[in-house]
Amino acid sequence: MEGIMEQPFWANGPKPGSFYDFHAGHSSKTTTVMPVKHTQYPMVTGSSVIGIQFDGGVMIAADKLGSYGSLARYRNCSRILKVNNTTIMGAGGDYADFQFLRDIVEQRVIDEECLDDGFNYTPRSLFSWLTRVLYNRRSRFNPLWNTVLVGGLQDGEPFLGYVDKIGTAYQSPTAASGFGAYIALPMLREAYERNDKMSEDEAKTLLESCLRVLYYRDCRAWNKYDIAIVTHDGSRLEESKTLSTDWSTADMVSGYE
Amino acid sequence: MEAVKQGAATVGLKSKTHAILVALKRAPSELSAHQKKITAIDKHVGMSIAGLTADARLLSKFMRTECLNSRYAYDQPLPISRLVNMIGSKSQIPTQRYGRRPFGVGLLLAGYDTAGPHIYQTCPSANYFDCKAMAIGARSQSARTYLEKHLDKFSNCGLEELIKHGLRALRDTLPTETDLNTKNCSMGIVSKDMDFTIYADNDIAQYLQLIEGEERSSRPGRREGAEGMEQDAAGDDQPPAAAPDPQVGGPDVQPMDQ
Repeated sequence: MEGIMEQPFWANGPKPGSFYDFHAGHSSKTTTVMPVKHTQYPMVTGSSVIGIQFDGGVMIAADKLGSYGSLARYRNCSRILKVNNTTIMGAGGDYADFQFLRDIVEQRVIDEECLDDGFNYTPRSLFSWLTRVLYNRRSRFNPLWNTVLVGGLQDGEPFLGYVDKIGTAYQSPTAASGFGAYIALPMLREAYERNDKMSEDEAKTLLESCLRVLYYRDCRAWNKYDIAIVTHDGSRLEESKTLSTDWSTADMVSGYE
Repeated sequence: MEAVKQGAATVGLKSKTHAILVALKRAPSELSAHQKKITAIDKHVGMSIAGLTADARLLSKFMRTECLNSRYAYDQPLPISRLVNMIGSKSQIPTQRYGRRPFGVGLLLAGYDTAGPHIYQTCPSANYFDCKAMAIGARSQSARTYLEKHLDKFSNCGLEELIKHGLRALRDTLPTETDLNTKNCSMGIVSKDMDFTIYADNDIAQYLQLIEGEERSSRPGRREGAEGMEQDAAGDDQPPAAAPDPQVGGPDVQPMDQ
C-alpha cells in the first residue's frame, strides 16, 4: 500500500516550481535552486528625510507614507529610528530594506548593551558602519535601496551624516534626501547660514515648514510625520504629528487639469 | 605560565593620564642583537611580551588586524577592553583541545581609549587582568614588590615620575652586578595626545639618566627572586583563590601582597 503512495505524483519532468533539468537522462536530480535575485527597483518606498544640526543637538524628520509606486499605500510607516541615547537615524527609499537595516542595527545595539563595557555606538561609528554596508551591497550589484541620515552627538558635538544606496557618504550640518534635496535643502541651508546656532524650537519649526512645503509639492509625501531629536539630555522619537495645511489657494491654480 | 617566567621581565603602569611599558631586553647570545620586546599594535595600543616571541608575533598580528577592522568599519579606535577580550577568547581555545598547546606568552598591553589609560595583563591560561600596574617575566616578583609599595603614588604623578617608577621597578629585577642601559632597556608610552611611542637605544638614554646613580631599593625577603618565582610556579595549578600570582577581579585590581 505504502509503495503505491510513494509513486511520484509528477514523473519525467521538473518538480513543480523548479526548472527543467536538461540532465534528467543522466541524473535523477532536479534542481530546486532559484536564481539569485537582486533589487532592481524599490517596491514600497518612503520619500524624503530631512535633518539639521542646531545649538547642542540634531534632529531628523520624515513623513510616514509608504508609497506603492504612486499609490499612497501605507500611511503610518515610521522611517525614523532611535538607536541609543546619542544616536538617531532615518531612511528613505525601499521600506523593506529599511526594516532589514533597522533589525540589524537594533540587534547590534542589544548585543553591545550585553557587553556592558561602557562603549556604545556613536553617530560616527554607526555612520561609518552603514557606509560600509551600503557600499558593499552596491558592489555586489544588490544594493539596499535607501538613503539614510544618521544624526546625534559625537563627543558632545552635533553630527549629521548622509549615505545613499551606492555608498556616497558625507557629513553636513543640513541634509535632505530624495525630492527634499531639491525642495527642503535650500530652505534648510538658507536658515542655517542665517543662524547656525538656532534653538531646538527654531530648528523644529524649520523642519515642520520644510515638511509642509514637501507635502504641498511632493506627490509622494504625506501630512503625518515623525521627528527624532538628540540633545545633551538624550535622544527621543517624538509622537507622530499631523501638519496643518491651507489649500484655500488651490482652486486658483489652473492649467494642470 | 612557565614560559612567561622564562622571558625577560617587563613592567607596565599607568597614571590618570598616561600608560607606560618598560621592558628588559635580552640578547640570546653574545653575537646577537637584543630581542625587541615592545611593539605597537595601533596608534592607541602597544604591548610588551614575556615568553615565546613567535607566539607573541601571532597575537600581535591578530590584534593589529582587529584594530584596523575597527577603524575601517566604525571609524574609531578599538576599545582596549574589547581588544583584550578577543585575546582572551582566542587564547582559550588551545587550552581545551588535545593536540594543541596554549600560547606560551604573557603580554602587557598599554592603551588609551575614551575610558582613559589602561594596563592589561594576559596569560597563556587565557586569563586577563585589568591592572593599575603589573610586572611579568623572570624575577618580576621584585618589580611587583616595588610597584605594590608605591602603588598609591602612580595615579597622580606626571609622566616623568611615572617613567622613573617604571624604570626603578624594572631595575629591581636585575641581578646586583648588572644595570639598565640603552641596549637592554626599552619603553613605550601612550596617552590622550600621544600615540603609542617606543623609546629604545639612544632615545631612552635621557630617561635612564633620571634614575642613574640612585640607590637600588633593598629588597627585603628577596633571597634571590627565585623564591618568588617558585611561589608563582606553585600557584599555577591551584584555583584562583589560592593562586598568588595574577590578581583576579574586576577593573583596576591591585596587585596583592604575597
